Amino acid sequence: MKSIAFGQYYPADSPIHRMDPRAKVILTILYIVCTFLCKNVLAFAALLLSAILLDLLSKIPLRMILRSLRPLIVILTFTSLINVFMTKGEHLLTPNWQIPFWGGHIWHIQIYEEGLWNALFMILRIVVLLIGTSILLSYTTTPIALTDALERLMKPLKLIRVPVHDIAMMTTIALRFIPTLMEETQRIMNAQKARGADFTSGGLIRRAKSLLPVLIPLLVSAFNRAYELAAAMECRCYHGGKGKTKMKILHLRFGDVLAVLLVIAFGAGIVFLNRYGFYYTMK
Amino acid sequence: MAEPFIHAENLAFTYKGSGGADDIPALNGITLDIQKGEFVAILGHNGSGKSTFAKLLNLILEPTGGTLSVAGFDLSKGDLSEDDLIALRRRVGMVFQNPDNQLVATIVEDDVAFGPENLGVPMPELRERVDEALAAVGMSEFSQREPHHLSGGQKQRVAIAGILAMKPECVVFDEATAMLDPVGRKEVLDTIRRLNREDGMTVIHITHYMNEAALADRIVVLNDGAILMQGTPDEVFSRRNELRAVGLEVPQCAELIHRLREAGIPVSGQSVSSLEGCAEQILKCFAKEGRDNG
Amino acid sequence: MDKIVLEQVSYVYGAGTPFEKKALDNVSLAIQANCITGVIGHTGSGKSTMMMLLNGLSAPTSGKVYLDGLDINASFKELLPEWLKLPEYANMRKSTAKKAIKTELAKRKKSLCFRVGLVMQYPEYQLFEETVYKDIAYGPKNMGLSAEEIKERVYEAIRFSGLDEAILQKSPFDLSGGQKRRVAIAGVIAMRPEVLVLDEPAAGLDPRGREQIFEEVCRYQKATGSTVIMVSHSMEDMAEYCRNMIVLANGKVVANGSCQEVFSNVSMLEETGLDIPQITQLTRLLQARGLALPGDIYTVDRAVAVLKDLYRTEKGND
Repeated sequence: MKSIAFGQYYPADSPIHRMDPRAKVILTILYIVCTFLCKNVLAFAALLLSAILLDLLSKIPLRMILRSLRPLIVILTFTSLINVFMTKGEHLLTPNWQIPFWGGHIWHIQIYEEGLWNALFMILRIVVLLIGTSILLSYTTTPIALTDALERLMKPLKLIRVPVHDIAMMTTIALRFIPTLMEETQRIMNAQKARGADFTSGGLIRRAKSLLPVLIPLLVSAFNRAYELAAAMECRCYHGGKGKTKMKILHLRFGDVLAVLLVIAFGAGIVFLNRYGFYYTMK
Repeated sequence: MAEPFIHAENLAFTYKGSGGADDIPALNGITLDIQKGEFVAILGHNGSGKSTFAKLLNLILEPTGGTLSVAGFDLSKGDLSEDDLIALRRRVGMVFQNPDNQLVATIVEDDVAFGPENLGVPMPELRERVDEALAAVGMSEFSQREPHHLSGGQKQRVAIAGILAMKPECVVFDEATAMLDPVGRKEVLDTIRRLNREDGMTVIHITHYMNEAALADRIVVLNDGAILMQGTPDEVFSRRNELRAVGLEVPQCAELIHRLREAGIPVSGQSVSSLEGCAEQILKCFAKEGRDNG
Repeated sequence: MDKIVLEQVSYVYGAGTPFEKKALDNVSLAIQANCITGVIGHTGSGKSTMMMLLNGLSAPTSGKVYLDGLDINASFKELLPEWLKLPEYANMRKSTAKKAIKTELAKRKKSLCFRVGLVMQYPEYQLFEETVYKDIAYGPKNMGLSAEEIKERVYEAIRFSGLDEAILQKSPFDLSGGQKRRVAIAGVIAMRPEVLVLDEPAAGLDPRGREQIFEEVCRYQKATGSTVIMVSHSMEDMAEYCRNMIVLANGKVVANGSCQEVFSNVSMLEETGLDIPQITQLTRLLQARGLALPGDIYTVDRAVAVLKDLYRTEKGND
C-alpha cells in the first residue's frame, strides 16, 4: 500500500504526544501566527531553532519529517524563483547581466539582494510552518484525539444547534475508512488493468470515462460497507451522543497551560527581535 | 430444565420485495431452543437463511411470524422500548463477516471502548473493561495500533473484544471466519472456544466450514429457511448423503468413514467428527481383522 | 515445457521507508505449461505479490520474469541491439527501425495482460457494467476485437462458467455471491489468456460454490490446454485440483514439485505452519499407531482405495 507519510500519526512517548489535544490545537494556531510574525534573520533563526527543539521534544526522526517535505520541493522552488526574480530592491547584484534572444531582444536579469532574502525567508516560513503543524498535530495526535479536541473546542456551537457530536463521529469514521478505501481503489484499479483498462492515455473526457470501471465498483462497495457498519454500530448499542461516556477524558494540565504561555512569549520575543534588523528586514 | 436463553417457535422472516418485486421468504417455521452456556454451530449453504436467523437474534431484523424470545425479551411483538433494545443488544453481541466493516475507530483501544461508551459506562470501570476485553482476545499489546495495520484475524479479534467489553451473555458469530486465512481462522476459533469453555459464554457460530462446526456442542443445519437436522457433530456428520444433497460436505475424515462403509468395510460410524475418533474406529476394524488372522 | 520462469526475483515494498518489507526474496522457479499449478502459503508469504508480477502489473525490484522464454520486463535499451539484427528490422533505416521496435514493444507490453489473465481476490468487486454480457465483454473490448468476435467469446466464457446464458441480460449486482464470482472469472476467461492466474478463487464461498468455481477453472484448462496458476490457503483443494505445487513462506520458495513430492514432506509443511489436509493427518495418526499405509495419501479418493486394498489383502489372508 502506498502510505501517505505526510500527516500520519507516529506513535511514541514524548511530552508533545502526552499533551492535551486541545492545547495542541491552540498551540498550532499560535505557532502559525509566530511564523508570520518573523521579519528578519534573527527572528527566522529563532524560529528555525524552535522547530528543531520541537522535533527533539517530539522524538520523531527528523529524517521522516524531511522526507514528508519532498513533495513540496516543486512549490518551494517555484515560489523562491518568483521571489528572486520579481523582488525589486536597492542592492542590485547583477549590474549588467543580459541574455540576448533571437531577433535582437535582450532580457535584463535583475536580481536584488532583497529578492534572495525574501526567497530564503519564504522557504523557511513554509518549511517551519509545515514542520510545526505536523509535529504539533498530525504526527503526535491521533486523528481521534484531534476530532475529540475539535468537538470540545466547538462545544459552544451546540447552542446554535450545530450537531457537534455527529460531525465528530462522521469525521472519525471518515478517518478510519480512508486507508481502507484507498487500498480498495488500488485493488480495483489493478483488477481492471488486468482486463486491459488504460487510465492514462487519451483526452480528458476519455480518461474520465475510463475511470468509471473503478468508480462504480468503489461506490457499490462503499455503500455496502456503510450498510454493514451501521448494523455493527447498532449492535454495539450506538444511539447518538445521548448518555455516552468517554474513555479518554481530557485534562488540561499545568504543562499544557505553560506551553501555551511559552509560545505566546516566543511570539513576543520574535516581535522584539524584529526590531534589530541585521542586513535585511522583510516588509 | 431452566428457561432457555433463546426460544424460537415457528419463527419466520420474509424480505419485503421493493418496487413490485416478489417477497422473498428467508425463514419459515424455525423451532429451536438454545440454552445458556451452549456452543451451537449453524450450518447451511449461502441463502439457507442462517444469517437472517442471526440478525433476528438482536433485532437487526424483526421477525415477521412466530415467536422469538431472547434473554427474557419477547422480540416477536415489535413493542420493545429503546432502553430494552439497548439492553438486549448489550446481552447478545454480534460479530460480522467483514472485519473491516465493523471497526469504527482509528485506534484499537478506542474501538473497543465504543460499545461501553455508548452504554454510558463511567471511568475508571470503562478503562478496566477495555483492558480486560483486549486481554481476553490476546490483543493487549496491539492496543495503540491502527486497525488497518492489523491482519484479518487480528481485526476480527479486536471486533470480538469490542463486543466483550459490553459484557454480553451470548455472542453470535455471523460467518465471522469466512473472510479469514487459516491462521486468522484458528486465532478466532481458539478465542471462541475459550470464551465458551472458560467463561461459560453462550456461543452461536454461523459458518460453512465443517471443521469449525465439529467443535460445537450441537450443530443445527438449515436448508431453505427450515431446520434440516440437528444433533451432536457425530450425529450430523454421519448423515453425509443428506448433507451432500443440500450442498454441504462433511469433513474429510467423516467422508472417508462413509465411503469405507459404503464399500462394505465394517467401520463403525459412531464418532466421525474428530480425527482421534475416526482413527480409533479404523484401527479397531483393521486390528480386529488382524487378530482374526493371527 | 516451462511456460513461466522466475529467475532470482525479489520484490520490496516501500523501499527506504520505515515500512520497508521484502515480499519476495530471491525466488527462482518454473511453471509447467498445460496444467494447473497451485501456489500455497500464508497471508504475507508473498504469493499475491508474485501473481502481480506475472502479467506485468508490477515489475520485480530485481530479477527476471520470463514468459515463453522472453523477459517480460525487458526495456527498449536492452532489446534494441539484438532486435536491430532481426531480419524484419535489419533492412530499415536505423531511425525507422527504432520507431518500429518501440511500437512493437509497447504493443507487446499491452497485450501481456491479455496473454496472462489475472483474477484477483474477491473479483466480484470489479463488476461494474449494467449487464453481465457487457461486463464479460469489457476485457475483449479493450483488446480491440470486433463485435462479432466479442460476442463469440462472451458466450464461450459463460459456457465455461456453467451459468445459464439467460444470466447475460441480468445486472451483475442482482446475482448471488457465487454467481458473481463465476461471472468475474468468465470476464477474464473471455480474453482467452494462455495463462490464467487466480488468487484465492474460492475464498469465502460455501462448499457448493467452491466446487463450482474449481469446476469452471478445470473445464477451461482441459478445453483450451492453457496454463493455470491457482493461489490458495487450502491444501485440501490444492491436492484435489493441482498437478504441481509451489509452497511459499516469508517470500521464499520452500517446496516446489508435483503434489506427491510436496505432500510427502509433511514435516516441512507443518513447520511453515500450513494446514495439511485432514486426511493426511489421519493417515499419519494411523501410521503412528502401527497401520501399514503408504506416505502419499492426500486425497480422500486415495485413502479409500488404499484402505480398501489393505482390507482385501487382510481378508484374503483368512
